[in-house]
Amino acid sequence: MQAKHLQQPSILYLNGVSVSFDGFKALNSLSLILAPGELRAIIGPNGAGKTTMMDVITGKTRPDTGQVLFNNNVDLTQHDEAEIANMGVGRKFQKPTVIESLTVFENLELALQGGRKVYEAFFHRLSKAQKTRIDEILTLVDLSARADELAGALSHGQKQWLEIGMLLIQGPELLLIDEPAAGMTDVETEKTAELFKAVSKQHSLVVVEHDMDFVRALQCKVTVLHEGRVLAEGSLDQVQKNQQVIEVYLGR
Amino acid sequence: MTMQLGPVTRLLMNDKGGRYLLLALAALAVIVPLLNLTMAPGSALHVSTYTVTLLGKYLCYALLALAVDLIWGYCGILSLGHGAFFALGGYAMGMYLMRQIGERGVYGDPLLPDFMVFLNWKELPWYWQGFDNFGFAMLMVALAPGLLAFVFGWLAFRSRVTGVYLSIITQALTYALMLAFFRNDMGFGGNNGLTDFKDLLGFNLQSDAARCGLFIASAVSLMVGYVLCRRIVNSKLGRVLVAVRDAEARTRFLGYRVDKYKLFVFVVSSVLAGIAGALYVPQVGIINPGEFSPINSIEIIIWVAVGGRGTLYGAVIGAIAVNYAKSYFTGAFPELWLYCLGALFVVTTLFLPKGLVGLLERIRPREKSASPTQSEVSGDAVATTGSAASTPSEPSRPAAADLRAGKAVEVSPSS
Repeated sequence: MQAKHLQQPSILYLNGVSVSFDGFKALNSLSLILAPGELRAIIGPNGAGKTTMMDVITGKTRPDTGQVLFNNNVDLTQHDEAEIANMGVGRKFQKPTVIESLTVFENLELALQGGRKVYEAFFHRLSKAQKTRIDEILTLVDLSARADELAGALSHGQKQWLEIGMLLIQGPELLLIDEPAAGMTDVETEKTAELFKAVSKQHSLVVVEHDMDFVRALQCKVTVLHEGRVLAEGSLDQVQKNQQVIEVYLGR
Repeated sequence: MTMQLGPVTRLLMNDKGGRYLLLALAALAVIVPLLNLTMAPGSALHVSTYTVTLLGKYLCYALLALAVDLIWGYCGILSLGHGAFFALGGYAMGMYLMRQIGERGVYGDPLLPDFMVFLNWKELPWYWQGFDNFGFAMLMVALAPGLLAFVFGWLAFRSRVTGVYLSIITQALTYALMLAFFRNDMGFGGNNGLTDFKDLLGFNLQSDAARCGLFIASAVSLMVGYVLCRRIVNSKLGRVLVAVRDAEARTRFLGYRVDKYKLFVFVVSSVLAGIAGALYVPQVGIINPGEFSPINSIEIIIWVAVGGRGTLYGAVIGAIAVNYAKSYFTGAFPELWLYCLGALFVVTTLFLPKGLVGLLERIRPREKSASPTQSEVSGDAVATTGSAASTPSEPSRPAAADLRAGKAVEVSPSS
């Protein structure tokens, strides 16, 4: 088992991960491999275990059994959220979560790589290179004009983008993104899909999404989760033809 | 002098309230003692020693409120036990003052304070050693509350106790300490506490000079405390604290060890509270376990809320205003005070979510918008955002201004 996964390099390798809450199996011996630089969409009906999977990878929830290997060598189940984030795993929440009483610029400044210790934060001075980096990200997520406004004053879609910008500026190797298209307009959704495709050239991405149009626009491999395990994997067209998948989505 | 002023002025560039506050404090620290010591007691300009001490007491409360605003206003830690740190600092100072009495006590024992002689103790307990030394006592003023806050905070924040649960255990902490300090065998004077102080650094505590000295020390401590808190809040560290207050989980996923940040400000805040207590005790002349009373800690929260949470200078204004009202009411209508305090809190929560500071900000921009075009623009802004507050000064971004202030004064602890 150990030897098998080492043959193919992976950024993320979930091996038989199980989580249960009061007897309910949220994840049931879930296994999943993500190659470096891969963009992967995860779909599945409500309660399939998508968010729980994110929680396990980012250290919010400890699995009952199984391991989560990052970069083939680190078992993430042994670390807490902050450590995992600093190793290079970024996470975007389902509900856009930005720091509303700080400005857009300050939000990005906080997310900027490095300087996580208390004394470093106290003596922190923004360098020119760091400022340039923030400006780059501001341009990328189309928020340059609103850099000095409070994040709380942004529209829903803009908050989503700011949060994505915060993830990118953390410089993660792996990005976990929970329902980015929720509450976005069609134009914003389209732009977001384009952004992710561009981003996936440098980062590995896992995108959990309900919106099938959005998943189609990502043009990537799709994993279908159901009852805490992988039901099907392949291109969107393939999984949509899969009889089991049709039953899961339409059968109830 | 300029070398030292440089960073401080830079720090206060965008802090108008802070500038006024520091100026006022500096002026008070000079004028009040001057009027007390140089003017003849009959003169209209004379400030009585009673008033000097009363004002000094307010300044100690203001420092305590500042400490609470640092953790509550900026990091969302609603401590309902900060009176405990204040009292511990006070006890450390009280122990020094007791040791200074020496043979002048009622029983005339050169080493043992009166209450120990009364309890038939033969020797000084180990934890009273060293308190005859002023430097050591001052170290303990910071160390005793700081260490307690460190241990308590380390356990609480590491276990991710937040919101109401944290408030409840801080309340339990101060209550437990109160019960412990009431016991005679604790060696802190039981329910009588420590009192009958004679002198501090050789100055008779009853003398005008000592009272003025303590007043100046209180004002200076408050100013230094303010600049320190402002420095923390203005740094990236301060923005991390705000992030913890507004979105704790997000902050964690950004890679910040939230527990360490909380622990840091909690300890800083407790040390400031301890210093406030140490300055308070020689001015009022007594420290007893009543200072640990949970009600005291809740009162501090009211001061901060009334003044305006999350502004630092608001806490100072609130502490002074509420305590001035308290002095007035407990003199004029003693039985009404608690009702007034309760009503004040309810009124603040319902009608003044930004406290007195918010009220001032609401009045000021209206005076500014004298030109008709300006008020027309602001009128539009009011109509579209539905909030009359703080819009006229910056009509382009009304929602933003409101949000920053509004977020900062939310009374419920962030969960």
